[in-house]
Amino acid sequence: MADFLVFEGVSKHYGEIRAVDSVSLSINKGEIFSLLGPSGCGKTTLLRCCAGFEAPDAGRIILDGRDITGLPPHERKVNTVFQNYALFPHLTIRDNIAFGPRMARWTKGEIDKEVARMLELIQMEDYADRKVTEISGGQKQRVAIARALINRPQVLLLDEPLAALDLKLRQRMLVELDAIHDEVGITFVYVTHDQGEAMGISDRIAAMNRGRIEQIGRPVEIYEAPRSSFVAAFIGDTNFFDGIVTEVMDGPYCRLRIEGFPDVLAWNDKGLLPGNAVHLSLRPEKFKIWRELPEPLPNRNLVQGTVEDVIYLGSHTKYWVRVEDYRLGLHQQHSRYLLDTRPITWGEKVWLSWFADDSCMLERYKAEDENLLVLPDTEAEPARA
Amino acid sequence: MKRSRVPFYTTLAVLVFFYLPLIILSVNSFNDSRYGGPWNGFTVRWYVRLFQDRQIWHALQNTLVIAVGATVVSMVVGTMAAFALNRYRSRLQMTHYGMIYAPLIVPDILMGMSLLLFFVALNVKLGLFTIFLAHVTFCVSYVAMVVLSRLQDFDFSLMEAAQDLGASHWTAFRRVMLPLIMPGIAAGGLLAFTLSLDDFVVTFFVAGPGSTTLPIHIYSMMKHGAPAVINALSVILLLVTFVLVSASRTIREKLS
Repeated sequence: MADFLVFEGVSKHYGEIRAVDSVSLSINKGEIFSLLGPSGCGKTTLLRCCAGFEAPDAGRIILDGRDITGLPPHERKVNTVFQNYALFPHLTIRDNIAFGPRMARWTKGEIDKEVARMLELIQMEDYADRKVTEISGGQKQRVAIARALINRPQVLLLDEPLAALDLKLRQRMLVELDAIHDEVGITFVYVTHDQGEAMGISDRIAAMNRGRIEQIGRPVEIYEAPRSSFVAAFIGDTNFFDGIVTEVMDGPYCRLRIEGFPDVLAWNDKGLLPGNAVHLSLRPEKFKIWRELPEPLPNRNLVQGTVEDVIYLGSHTKYWVRVEDYRLGLHQQHSRYLLDTRPITWGEKVWLSWFADDSCMLERYKAEDENLLVLPDTEAEPARA
Repeated sequence: MKRSRVPFYTTLAVLVFFYLPLIILSVNSFNDSRYGGPWNGFTVRWYVRLFQDRQIWHALQNTLVIAVGATVVSMVVGTMAAFALNRYRSRLQMTHYGMIYAPLIVPDILMGMSLLLFFVALNVKLGLFTIFLAHVTFCVSYVAMVVLSRLQDFDFSLMEAAQDLGASHWTAFRRVMLPLIMPGIAAGGLLAFTLSLDDFVVTFFVAGPGSTTLPIHIYSMMKHGAPAVINALSVILLLVTFVLVSASRTIREKLS
């Protein structure tokens, strides 16, 4: 069901700061929807408006056809998993989970049955009578989820739920969260600054920046077809080019002239005409690196450069390659056994190839977004000798 | 290497300095001599005299009434003051903090004098009620400071969590916040109770006829010469304090 949870022009200002700036979006029933963005982008404020902890200055929030904008938190069929879990330290695990049902005055038998079911869902039957201080971070996380889910909310809000956990545990909890979602089928709104989490768990993602939504789409759309330089740089890594269309071809492709770089062929899905200025994003893994000049293929770009830096990361290697005025970052996967080969290393002259279809033209470009990139991190250092 | 004996002797000296007076006092309370001094033989007559002295019991009753009253009122008012200090932001907040903090550092004698002048100016009859008011003024500050430090550690997202789970603001306060800050309020109350119980200076200024408290009565007994009875009283107070402190300890250990 579409339009289950709808934000209509929601704004929230703190003095001069526009934390949330007329955001409109629509979330479907049963999906995992992520609000993804850097800290301070307004994603948590938007979530708190939905939970009822903040009142929007403008706009409406509609849940299942009902305007909930003015309702206090305890009258919304919405529950929250807090970033620091916010478990009640004076209560046991069991009493924490039973808090909501007790507030709703369920019968004792019903509470006992549901708490037992929740403990089973989060696999913590043996910990029911422990205190909150006696369990680990991952267990607290699970209790916080159970405490929210037992109330059978229409929407579960998760505010950076995995931020306090270490990497391995985070990955495991992500899988568990996904499993819990499959089991209960409730709509999840998931707030995170971690693109990996968002990509991994979401049906759809809203990428947020400075209180506004930059793009909404499935993870693959957000990654492969970013609309703005912010989305391209914040989600994954990329290489940016500024160019001018010089020639339009069928396909649709176009030829770009880029200052300080050889002419390239690009995918022209926007139907731009010669003379238009263009910003191009090219993901690091779209390149292929060659020692020898490869045979030319239609619609494949080929440029020559020099390797400036190499970082070997096991499953793949990161290369920084100088091509005229540009320093490109790229990843090479190692699908073959590496010890029997002679890997490309720094100082070598190499060929880079990529297909014109794999580049993406951006609608909006801001130079400051390049600061979000991780790739050119070694630019300032001299090449290691 | 030989361990230094300095810590041992320092400890010993401190213990002697602290406890020798108490031991002498306890021994003298059984000494059959009016002014202490040389041992004249064992007696319990000072204890008998103590229990027959109706003035002492009256003074004790006054003291307890004032202490309990001042404690209860300052627990409520002090907690509210701590909330106001912790939760609200205004330009007057520093002034507010200063006003609550002041009674902790203003000399008692100044407090007593100013309160006396205040009551006289308003034409309030001096007595138990004025003592009670005077005690509340300084007890509130202690309670507020203790509760405030507890509040500064309090995670207010717990309140949001409770409301998120269907509790109204008041229920969230009662079911989540109050149990968690209660130890702070209780500690503040205990502090207020002890302070009120043995306050002399402020009480001396604002007491009126017929409102003698125990510390003031003890002082006048010293002046009018019944030190042996005071010794007996002191020993009993010591014992009561000891029992109360150990009881509160045991209870706290059992609770946690």
